[in-house]
Amino acid sequence: MSVRGGKFAGFPHHVIVFLAPATIIYTMFMVYPLLDSIRLSLYSTDGTGAFHFTGLTNYITLITDPEWSNAFWNALKNNFKFFCVHMLVQNPIGIMLAALLSLPKLKGRTAYRTLIFMPTMLSVVIIGFIWQLILSPLWGVSESLLGFIGLTDWFQPWLGQEGTALLTLALISVWQFVGIPMMLIYAALLNIPEDLTESAIIDGATHWEIFWHIKLPLILPTIAMVSILTFVANFNAFDLIYSVKGALAGPDFSTDIMGTLFYRTFFGFQLQLGNPTMGATVATMMFGVILVGVLFYLFVLQRKLRRYAL
Amino acid sequence: MPKTRQAISSMAIHAILVSYMLIALWPIFLTIINSFKSRKAIFGDPMGLPGVDTFSLKGFEKVLLRSDFEIYFMNSIIVTIATLALVLILGAMAAWALSEYRFKGNKLLGLYLAIGIMIPIRLGSVSLLQLIVNMNLANTLTALVLVYIAQSLPLAIFILSEFMQQIPKDLKEAARCDGVNEYTIFFKVILPLTRPAIATVGVFTLVPVWNDLWFPLILAPSEKTQTITLGVQQFIGQYVTDWNAVLASLTLAIVPILIIYILLSRHLIRGITAGAVK
Repeated sequence: MSVRGGKFAGFPHHVIVFLAPATIIYTMFMVYPLLDSIRLSLYSTDGTGAFHFTGLTNYITLITDPEWSNAFWNALKNNFKFFCVHMLVQNPIGIMLAALLSLPKLKGRTAYRTLIFMPTMLSVVIIGFIWQLILSPLWGVSESLLGFIGLTDWFQPWLGQEGTALLTLALISVWQFVGIPMMLIYAALLNIPEDLTESAIIDGATHWEIFWHIKLPLILPTIAMVSILTFVANFNAFDLIYSVKGALAGPDFSTDIMGTLFYRTFFGFQLQLGNPTMGATVATMMFGVILVGVLFYLFVLQRKLRRYAL
Repeated sequence: MPKTRQAISSMAIHAILVSYMLIALWPIFLTIINSFKSRKAIFGDPMGLPGVDTFSLKGFEKVLLRSDFEIYFMNSIIVTIATLALVLILGAMAAWALSEYRFKGNKLLGLYLAIGIMIPIRLGSVSLLQLIVNMNLANTLTALVLVYIAQSLPLAIFILSEFMQQIPKDLKEAARCDGVNEYTIFFKVILPLTRPAIATVGVFTLVPVWNDLWFPLILAPSEKTQTITLGVQQFIGQYVTDWNAVLASLTLAIVPILIIYILLSRHLIRGITAGAVK
């Protein structure tokens, strides 16, 4: 290795050349904006657009001033519901599909996984519009489909009702992204050495028993990873709600999540003007929620599961 | 008899997989077939395939006439390809440096670059917009490319580093014995060897960039710089009651991705499953 003397003694120039472009772009367009947003959340703007340092005032306003706090707590609560639906529906279905796909001697495995994964590749915006059409009472596709199984009366404009809109949107998102847990868990299941399951088969265990007692404990670390990926994606979601319900996340903010609240706060909507510093405050809160989730995963889940797997 | 039991359980498994597959594909299929039908047939017989008397391309005509779809499409292609190329080359350079050379702060820098895997860049949007405006890059594709590179690099570096650690030592040592300098080793020996990892990095870069709505909306919403995702979103918002046009614009946005997916699915899926191992 060539070592150049001088200022960078022991630090060859080619190492710098290799690392500099990536590090500079990443620092400038990712790390700096994130940190600077946190700084901006400690400022307020006045009528002239000038920034004044106001400490934690924005946070206190966001959490306690009814004008802001109602929207904030509502979005946070909705976001947790959104996440819970993913954990309770998306991940179990993903695990089930992965378990079926990884069964030995299954015919058509490649076709199944390719086709089931397809919606995941499409843009959330497209998916949102497609389901908006399908669930529209104007078109009546869902109604006639329910008619096939004798449930015509059961149909309601789910996306338009306050009580069902959020759940419906969450299920649309589940429908789209079920491919991700499926693939990750499928990969983990394939990595389980065969001799572990072979002896169980010889002992007469069914595939069901093998899955519950041998495979599932071994893929718990992957399930934990899928969960944290879901958590981060859900608390950062925006596109689906925005394209189906707009920035107002109606009806009556019943589908408002942190991402849409952030957008509205930052850019404004209708009569309310955009407020960059308050937007930065909402973003920092989202950052905090995501950070807590990631740290919980790294320091609690991952360690516990690793000990268990050993 | 165990044989019949096995046949029944195998049938049940296929029944579950086929029904889930239908659930996954039916909405996409329905959108595409209806985009080729007349308005009357869309409402009269939504589930029917387009036939001789129901076939119509009116929706597509309207979309191409009323919007700059070709421009949106080109914008998306330019942004995605530029991002992908730069992420691959810059990511490979950094991954190589991190996995090959021992220097002070190596671990720390690796960790620093990895933080971005978990923290979404979107949360820095307020400051990012200011930065882009100050750099005079608002409403340019360059702004999008720079942000997408920053967003994609952490995972790319992570995947490529894992890959580079598997490159046999002999190859590098042989080159070094011949007195070849480090740049030549990287560009002539190492870079060609990383080709198999490109598919993996490609999936994780290409799909989120192509599908993104947030940054085009915030950094480059002008008519000239809209990407396909934003273009479709705006178009549908405007013509929401024109079902022909809406269905046609959705189909125009879906079909290219479906074709690419079907062509590359083998690589894409291998990439995902390989990248997921650790």
